Amino acid sequence: MNTSFPALIRFTDAPLELPLPLHGHPVAAGFPSPADDHLEGSLDLNRHLVRRPAATFFVRARGESMRDAGIFDGDLLIVDRSLNPRPGDVVIVAVDGEFCVKRLCGEPGAGVLGSDNPDFPDLAIDSESRVEIWGVVRSSVRSHRER
Amino acid sequence: MSAEKRPGRAIAVVECNDFFVSCERVFRRGLAGRPVVVLSNNDGCVVSRSAEAKRLGIRMGVPLFEVRERVRRHGVVVCSSNYALYGDFSQRIAGLLCEAAPAVEVYSIDESFLDLTGLPAGELEAWCGDLSSRIRRWTGIPVLVGVGPTKTLAKLANRWAKKSSPAAGVFDLASHPDRTEPALRRTPLGGVWGIGHRWERMLGGCGIRTALELRDASDGWIRKRMGVTGLRTVLELRGLACHEIESQPAPRQTVCHSRTFGRAVRDGRQLHAAVASFAARAADKLRSAGQVAGAVQVFVASDRFRKEAPQHSAAAVSRFREPTSDSREAVRAAVGVLAAIRREGIAYRQAGVLLLELSAERERAPELFAAADSTSGALMRAVDRIRRRFGRDSLGWGFDRERDEGWRMRQERLSPRYTTRWRDLPAAVLRPSRN
Repeated sequence: MNTSFPALIRFTDAPLELPLPLHGHPVAAGFPSPADDHLEGSLDLNRHLVRRPAATFFVRARGESMRDAGIFDGDLLIVDRSLNPRPGDVVIVAVDGEFCVKRLCGEPGAGVLGSDNPDFPDLAIDSESRVEIWGVVRSSVRSHRER
Repeated sequence: MSAEKRPGRAIAVVECNDFFVSCERVFRRGLAGRPVVVLSNNDGCVVSRSAEAKRLGIRMGVPLFEVRERVRRHGVVVCSSNYALYGDFSQRIAGLLCEAAPAVEVYSIDESFLDLTGLPAGELEAWCGDLSSRIRRWTGIPVLVGVGPTKTLAKLANRWAKKSSPAAGVFDLASHPDRTEPALRRTPLGGVWGIGHRWERMLGGCGIRTALELRDASDGWIRKRMGVTGLRTVLELRGLACHEIESQPAPRQTVCHSRTFGRAVRDGRQLHAAVASFAARAADKLRSAGQVAGAVQVFVASDRFRKEAPQHSAAAVSRFREPTSDSREAVRAAVGVLAAIRREGIAYRQAGVLLLELSAERERAPELFAAADSTSGALMRAVDRIRRRFGRDSLGWGFDRERDEGWRMRQERLSPRYTTRWRDLPAAVLRPSRN
């Protein structure tokens, strides 16, 4: 903050309301549950899906389905940038600044991003092309009922 | 001076490179290799520049209107500041650092100090190189690491890393003491952590122009001219640690929420709405830190640069009957103060709310005869929970009109909040694969 305060500081006494106290604390009573000794905590979906929070980003899949990978329009992709891409991985690639979902066929670095649609030719990943593997898709989440 | 030389001390400072621009580039890959600048609040001045923008001679802090022609001619990409995005990346990186090092001090949004004492000298550089490449790979943000036996030397090493761009992004003075003297000789005073313009001028007048000359100045003279603070800097340049790593941030003494308006506000109701919403935000921050405030200060200021318009600025404080973090009480008190200080007919350009006399919530002594307002805490907790679950905007106060008022921040080139809002998530196009 770079405001310089003027010397004038006045004190006002804004009235405060004082509502009556309410006693609403729940009281623990009754018999102890027989399950108390067997509590195991709960299953955390976040921890299940996100292994490395610092490296994990959510990306929305858009466009045609990628049926063999089980990814459809609107799916939520959980992308883990800490993973080293391996052949067979579903990856997010940046092609000329645009994100695409692809399956990695060859080795990264000298690899090829496959595409069986004639509209989309295979992409070679090398230092010359403007193609870059941005992250590996670890999981995807799909809602089966409209919200 | 009680500074004590500890052999083998190693402090690293990790700084994000052109942090705001780098955050923008993580999702907007098309910005790679292009000149990019990020503007301050209200799209006023340049606060972050890519290397390409620096090469065009766009200076740090320059108002956008002064470089508009250069921006147009060279196709410089201009971004409003997206603090939701930068804050998210800052937390990711801080999390990574805390996992990696035993003691970490998050010093600012884009730099942290690490205590690496105990790492064998031979491994320091490689360890830092690994860390830097991991941050780069995991988050997409490039960082530079400077290592030295003190914080001041680590900062100097970092500056050196920026200038010499070593392969791994690491410059290490802790395990290479022989590099220190040449680095100090070639560092001007302005490049020394803790030396501002005023001291630079004073020292320059006395013939001290480099970090090396400062290091070799006499203690007594430095102490006389620059006090204990200056002496500490000099001792740190000599390798004597005076500034410790503060892993536990000191509890905040004040919470502030203030804004320079997108345009001047003359209307009393609008100013009222702004101050009310600032007070509510400040109380939110207070609760998230588990603190309560004893008093609230409100300040308003007109546009100092519009000399022809009538000027007025004022500030005043109101004390709560009992320390609180209740948004409603903060708002009630703040608008009361505003009513007392605001003058009719003044076009205000800036306003803010400060919560003062903070203490930890549990420490506060219950006031026996005050209204032990047990509904207040419960209500605020419920509000916070709902917002955590459904988003910041899911629940607002009746007075909170920030969303539709004209005084809102000017952010004409704001990128999506890629990491903090569901509807802003980046999209990736699906394309059928061969297998």
